[in-house]
Amino acid sequence: MKSTLLVIAVAALYILHQDIWFWRSSYLVFGFIPIGLFYQGMFSVAASLLMWLLVTFAWPSHLEREIEQTKPGEDERA
Amino acid sequence: MIPATVVFLYLGVVLYIGIFAFRRTGGKEKAEDYFLAGRSLGPFVFLFSLFGTNMTAFAILGSSGHAFNNGIVTFGLMASSSGLVIPLTIFLIGTRMWALGKKYGFMTPVQMFRDRWECSHIGTMIFAVQAVLLVPYIIIGIMGGGTTLSAISGGRVPFWFGGAIVAMVVMSYVFFGGMRGTAWVNTFQTVLFLCFGVIALVVIGYGMGGFGSAAQAMQNSPLSYLLTRERISPYYFFSYTFIPLSAIAFPHIVIFCLTAKKMAQFKKTVIFYPVCILAIWLPCVFLGVMANRVADVPQIRAKQEARRTLATQGRNMEPEQRDQLRDQAAGDDVIMLLLQRYAPLWLAGLLGAGIMAAVMASDSQILALSTMFTEDVFAFYGGKRRFGETVQVLTGRIFIVLITLFAYTIALQAPESIFELAIQYGFSGFAAMSPLLIAALFWKGSTKWGALAVTVWVALTVAAVAIFQEVVPAPAPGPSTVIWSVGGSEALSRTPGGTAVFGFLPVVPMVLGSALLMWLVSLVTRKPAQSTLARYFGGGNQ
Repeated sequence: MKSTLLVIAVAALYILHQDIWFWRSSYLVFGFIPIGLFYQGMFSVAASLLMWLLVTFAWPSHLEREIEQTKPGEDERA
Repeated sequence: MIPATVVFLYLGVVLYIGIFAFRRTGGKEKAEDYFLAGRSLGPFVFLFSLFGTNMTAFAILGSSGHAFNNGIVTFGLMASSSGLVIPLTIFLIGTRMWALGKKYGFMTPVQMFRDRWECSHIGTMIFAVQAVLLVPYIIIGIMGGGTTLSAISGGRVPFWFGGAIVAMVVMSYVFFGGMRGTAWVNTFQTVLFLCFGVIALVVIGYGMGGFGSAAQAMQNSPLSYLLTRERISPYYFFSYTFIPLSAIAFPHIVIFCLTAKKMAQFKKTVIFYPVCILAIWLPCVFLGVMANRVADVPQIRAKQEARRTLATQGRNMEPEQRDQLRDQAAGDDVIMLLLQRYAPLWLAGLLGAGIMAAVMASDSQILALSTMFTEDVFAFYGGKRRFGETVQVLTGRIFIVLITLFAYTIALQAPESIFELAIQYGFSGFAAMSPLLIAALFWKGSTKWGALAVTVWVALTVAAVAIFQEVVPAPAPGPSTVIWSVGGSEALSRTPGGTAVFGFLPVVPMVLGSALLMWLVSLVTRKPAQSTLARYFGGGNQ
């Protein structure tokens, strides 16, 4: 269920990148930032939040465990 | 000359960091230590060096230049789509490559492909295509260095000499410092150019008397289209979301993923990547657009004049004349011109150093090519066994010198703007190679013949696009030249900026074609042995 929701969230954000609704608008947010640029900037912040969700709820920790089991102690060599 | 002096001082600091500050090894040098920093990079260096290695000359020069001529669309095309796709691929693919590298000692993606698909010469072919596609990336760095030093010095340092200086500095610290030196230089550079955008925005905004009046004046002028995306097709915009797939397929990014000490170090990189992109690209794109309101810089006016002439009279001109006007209208140096106009001299120098930091990202590509050559060719074909590891590292160093010289020679002759060169060849080609990694890591049914089909497809399509654009001249701004129609729709056309296939950039059919070929060819060819599959996917079915 958790994985499905995360996949849907990724797909939704990918679709939201195509913001056709602001395509022809030259409205200036705060009087100087074009709305299309502002939206895409906020999209980047949303992408960062989505990455936080992925790292928190879908981190592939089994890979870390495999390495620890395969080469115990070697991690300390560097 | 003050800005140029500051930039030269900066180059000296970079040399020091790369060559001396983090050189640890003495006596016999191990390949893993030289090429991968002993797989020991900490979280801070890993985040900034991985991010920095992906930020090339066009992050600052190309983005502002593209925005100068095309408007705010530049940010959505390359920056925000990268902010979603790149960290996602690092999360899904980078972590798995790191784990495989730790487990089986891989130092390059081709080593993993050879092991995963039980192939040898197909791996060599993948190496060859990767190497050919990577060289333009190095050329971009050298061209950017030449452009920047020339602009900062007010033309006193010619393009060829600026490029030579940048090539020498990069070559030196990669040669002596290997991955450790390169990673620390990248970290230093990333911190610099993260500060660059904000400072440049404040200084230029103050100099222009605030952006509000400039933006509102532009809104009411014939240039208002630069504040919207009305001249860009949604298909074209969508196509660009495929380009960031190239990041994880770049060998230097995969190789960087192998340098982390622990997998937990990927977490911060994945989370902060979109915000770092925002911090660099948003100010550069915004400044590139606002440069159109600067009336008292003759070079900027000349660019606008060239753009106007191209739009109004381009149709009646010879292709060579149009190319000449395109070169004149190119805005790669527009941000430097803004700094010269509005920033105090010493600050212009510091900000110029920030630009140099982005420009010099070609270090990782040079080191990656050297790592690939020594591991995928020299070591694989018996060189390491016969001559030992010390000779292998020496071979890598000689390769670094040769590839830098080669790239410099090409950079002196390449006429394309930085942005076009990067997008049309390197990025699209690597994006089309991403199905190789996805299939190797996630699909048990993929085979070496599928990998070969993808590699041949990428080589052929990149060559086809390059030849097509060479043979069919770019039309003037406006409607495309339609070469082939199917049922009334434009199947293949030459656009002012490149090529369109059913309205999409070539990268879309290239990536989809790769994925389809991998699937179809793998379905009908023999799979690797069960023992090999078990090492990658465990005992169960996937």
